[in-house]
Amino acid sequence: MLKTFKLGGIHPQGEKLTAAMAIQPLQLPKEVVLPIAQHIGAPSTVVVKKGDLVKTGSVIALSSSPVSSNLHSPVSGKVVKIEESLDASGFKKKSVVIETEGDVWEDSISRDFPQTNFENLSSAAILEKIREAGIVGMGGASFPTHVKLEIPAGMKVDTLLINGVECEPFLTSDHRLMLEHGEEILKGTTLLMKVLNVEKAILGIEINKPDAILLLNKLAKNYPGIEVEALQIKYPQGSEKQLIQAMTGRLVAPGALPASVGVIVQNVGTAYAVYEAVAKNKPLIERVVTVTGKGLSNPGNFLVRIGTPISDLIKAAGGLPENTGKVIIGGPMMGKAIANLNIPVTKGMSGIVLLPVEAAARLNDVPCIRCARCVEGCPMNLEPYLLMALSEKGLWERAEAGHITDCMECGSCSYTCPSCRPVLDYIRSGKSQVGKIIQSRRNSASTDINTSIKPAIPE
Amino acid sequence: MSDTLIFTIVVISAIGALSAVILYFVSQKFQVYEDPRIDEAEALLPASNCGSCGFAGCRAFAQACVAAENLSQLSCPVGGKETMKALADYLGLEAVTVASNTAIILCNGTCEFRPKTSKYEGVQTCRAISTVYGGETDCHYGCLGFGDCVPVCQFDAIHMNLSTGLPEVDDNKCNGCGACVTACPKMLMQLQKQMPKNRKVYVACRNKDKGPVASKACKVACTGCKKCATVCTFDAIEMESHLAFIDSYKCTLCRKCVSVCPSGSILEINFPVRKLKNEEVPVE
Repeated sequence: MLKTFKLGGIHPQGEKLTAAMAIQPLQLPKEVVLPIAQHIGAPSTVVVKKGDLVKTGSVIALSSSPVSSNLHSPVSGKVVKIEESLDASGFKKKSVVIETEGDVWEDSISRDFPQTNFENLSSAAILEKIREAGIVGMGGASFPTHVKLEIPAGMKVDTLLINGVECEPFLTSDHRLMLEHGEEILKGTTLLMKVLNVEKAILGIEINKPDAILLLNKLAKNYPGIEVEALQIKYPQGSEKQLIQAMTGRLVAPGALPASVGVIVQNVGTAYAVYEAVAKNKPLIERVVTVTGKGLSNPGNFLVRIGTPISDLIKAAGGLPENTGKVIIGGPMMGKAIANLNIPVTKGMSGIVLLPVEAAARLNDVPCIRCARCVEGCPMNLEPYLLMALSEKGLWERAEAGHITDCMECGSCSYTCPSCRPVLDYIRSGKSQVGKIIQSRRNSASTDINTSIKPAIPE
Repeated sequence: MSDTLIFTIVVISAIGALSAVILYFVSQKFQVYEDPRIDEAEALLPASNCGSCGFAGCRAFAQACVAAENLSQLSCPVGGKETMKALADYLGLEAVTVASNTAIILCNGTCEFRPKTSKYEGVQTCRAISTVYGGETDCHYGCLGFGDCVPVCQFDAIHMNLSTGLPEVDDNKCNGCGACVTACPKMLMQLQKQMPKNRKVYVACRNKDKGPVASKACKVACTGCKKCATVCTFDAIEMESHLAFIDSYKCTLCRKCVSVCPSGSILEINFPVRKLKNEEVPVE
């Protein structure tokens, strides 16, 4: 019996239309837009100004705080403006716009062949290279990788999990990466193991990718400590906590780090980027993006530079079909429909899904019948129907008591609801409100402490 | 049969009498003295329990007033001058006149001026849409149009205008309690000093984008051209991040800024229709 996580989960149709299509590089865009907050944490500090000439791989923005990431130019050219522009989050963010003039790379990057003796680097040197390359989690959450690799004091990690699950329907970018760059992923995994000082790494792949499992199993024989594990097909297995539960049986407490149970999870894309950064000195300036949808004439997996407008990608995939209802960034389950096709590709963007009008339409919602399918489907053991009602009525204290902040927004509840209720919409808005309340409570608590200290200071 | 009846009546009466005695002694023992003036003072208040005075409801405010030595820090925005006067008279204190507030909406981006560029299908509340993206129009600062401010108003002063897609404040009903200010996720509702005859002059825009970007998204967006700030003789207009703001405590309602604003984002409300005099000025 193959492993999987225990609580909840759903089985949406795979729809992996582009699984057999090789990764093809996309031509350089005329202009790239680089939001300086492409990662979780503080936005980076821009170090270029309007009119500067940059090379491919030059630093554009430097990490500004412990949890932040560097950003490099994906093309060579001229910085034309620094302005607020729309990105995949749906909000305007400060961005650097670079007009492409050729493709001249920084001299330090060895484009084709890995540098010699990169395998002998010390773990601190590897970590420094990862930090400099601006690598973030490539699975979608975009958490800075170097931060994740620094284990908090008092915690001990014994296992590295490499996430090759790709449980979202439609997406195949990780699948193709494993097939075409399996060797590099395993080398990157070895580097990550060295940084973390662990003996064991397990690569988890869902059984709907048998070719990748076979290939990597064969390759992994040459890499001591790395195993490949086939997993059952179940959404959302690619989520960090669910993957840890599925592969190791350990449970991560709400609000706790995976390191607290001795595990670190990295995506296969991240492992590949780590290899590129350490072996070739190449910063994170390109990634594989799946462009898919039933109406597209030429869907595929494209290797694109960060900052390319997604309209370029859609053009390469055969142009926007006439009856497109929604363009979704990310997978259809957790992804986000966008309002504008000029949005740039960011570090965490794994796919673009085009849904026709009939598939994208929301059905009319009817009252909740208390069937509890959402409760059954929730992988976080929450009560989505209840959180929805509490959030609709604005009962924030009860929503907080119901652990609304533990929701990871996987959308299993909305997917299973026979009444077609927008369960996740309500929970998401409630979650943001409860988050604000918690934040303001924390702020007022800290000011209370300050005022209580004041009288002690002699006047 | 009759025995049972009599027995029941006797037992129930005995329990009742005993309970009454116990209750009497308990109430004597645990009696809490409450100033009878609190009830009287509460009766003078509007009983809306809106919390705009800063206290948890009208009774808490009444308690605070009774306990206070003067009313300088206490004011009921909803009841206004009359209520505070009556309360002060009752408590034998001096009423302090505090300017009453009224709500304004810092967006005039109607469907005509600010066309929609996308369609939102999720839960139809402002709070839900604001967690997803910047809004259906290109202006990410303007009114989202789902009316979260309407149900929070206890005085029925805010209504959606379906033809413009924007909420409207009924000045006669608005008491300046500020419930709408906290309800709006875009922070478009603001309280300002109530002027004579409910007249208002304000910049109905919160778009902090640069001028060209703002005016592309909305024809009546403030572009930050600073013309109003230059023409204002009372130093009432401040510029911040490509946006003008009129301080209602300095503004004298002269309306010079209204006529110089090239995008028409400064609104004048409750003024009589301008006479032709203004048009003659440039001729001279």
